[in-house]
Amino acid sequence: MSRYVLPLVAVIALIVFLVIGLTRGDPRALPSPYIGKPAPQFELPQLKDLAATVGSEDFRGQVALVNVWATWCVQCRVEHQFLMDLAAQGSIPIYGINWRDTRPEALRWLQQLGDPYIASGFDVDGVVGIDWGVYGAPESFLVGADGVVLFKQLGPLNWQIWESDFVPLIASGESSQ
Amino acid sequence: MKRFLIAAIAMFAVMPVAAIDKDRAFDDPVLQARYEKIIAEVRCLKCQNQSIKDSNVFLASDLRREIRRLIAEGKSDVEIEDFLVARYGEFALYRPRTSGKTLVLWIAPFLLVLFGGYAMFRVLRHRMTLPINDDNATKGQSE
Repeated sequence: MSRYVLPLVAVIALIVFLVIGLTRGDPRALPSPYIGKPAPQFELPQLKDLAATVGSEDFRGQVALVNVWATWCVQCRVEHQFLMDLAAQGSIPIYGINWRDTRPEALRWLQQLGDPYIASGFDVDGVVGIDWGVYGAPESFLVGADGVVLFKQLGPLNWQIWESDFVPLIASGESSQ
Repeated sequence: MKRFLIAAIAMFAVMPVAAIDKDRAFDDPVLQARYEKIIAEVRCLKCQNQSIKDSNVFLASDLRREIRRLIAEGKSDVEIEDFLVARYGEFALYRPRTSGKTLVLWIAPFLLVLFGGYAMFRVLRHRMTLPINDDNATKGQSE
């Protein structure tokens, strides 16, 4: 009888691994290597006024949400109303990185759907996107007051994710100052 | 038959033209070879089962552009890998680096072969002790 124990254990272990692999959620979601590390510095022309700039300096010393968006990104449209509601609530400054987009379309988007951002950087050739390790919009980074990335969300934000993943970290992000 | 062969050869002759990255990045053949080797081993994060050499999504072309820039700046292969790993994690590299985290990926195949070999050795050794007599062999198998 004992000769069947080892194969049985091996099969059970295999099943456990398969179940973990199949149920761990979005297989495309990668952990950001920036979590717990300083967010990359950036400075971009502002989408609405190319002569002005927006960058890391603007939210130094405060907890901020950095949202990567684009008009070609369908999920960004899904997310947009949440960002409008969050901006209206006023609990956190939201900065945008308009990633690999065309300016007329991006401006029309903000005009039609509303502008939840304090400012959006215009990252037309994706240089800042690569620096932040962006690979699929929308992506949202929660940056602490000390400039450390606290959390990264791949895919559209909503209130449920906000309450469960962001709100607890915002408190700790403020205290880390 | 001959016509078919000519057509087949012609087909393969034009295949490189279909490459995504048409322009030569560097005049220097050494740099060009390095560039092509690197981009073949970087995962396109947007389309995860392609390298950035094989993909035409803009993220892949952005990454190729950054790698061209880094090579032009004289960065080494390791520095370019560091650049990618810092931004996208080890997952960006098709050839995982031998570090603590990826060690298991490198040694697992050898361990599995060793384990399999040992198991086979045990089974064969056991079988060699069985008598060749057909009647007894049947008894031996049913224990």
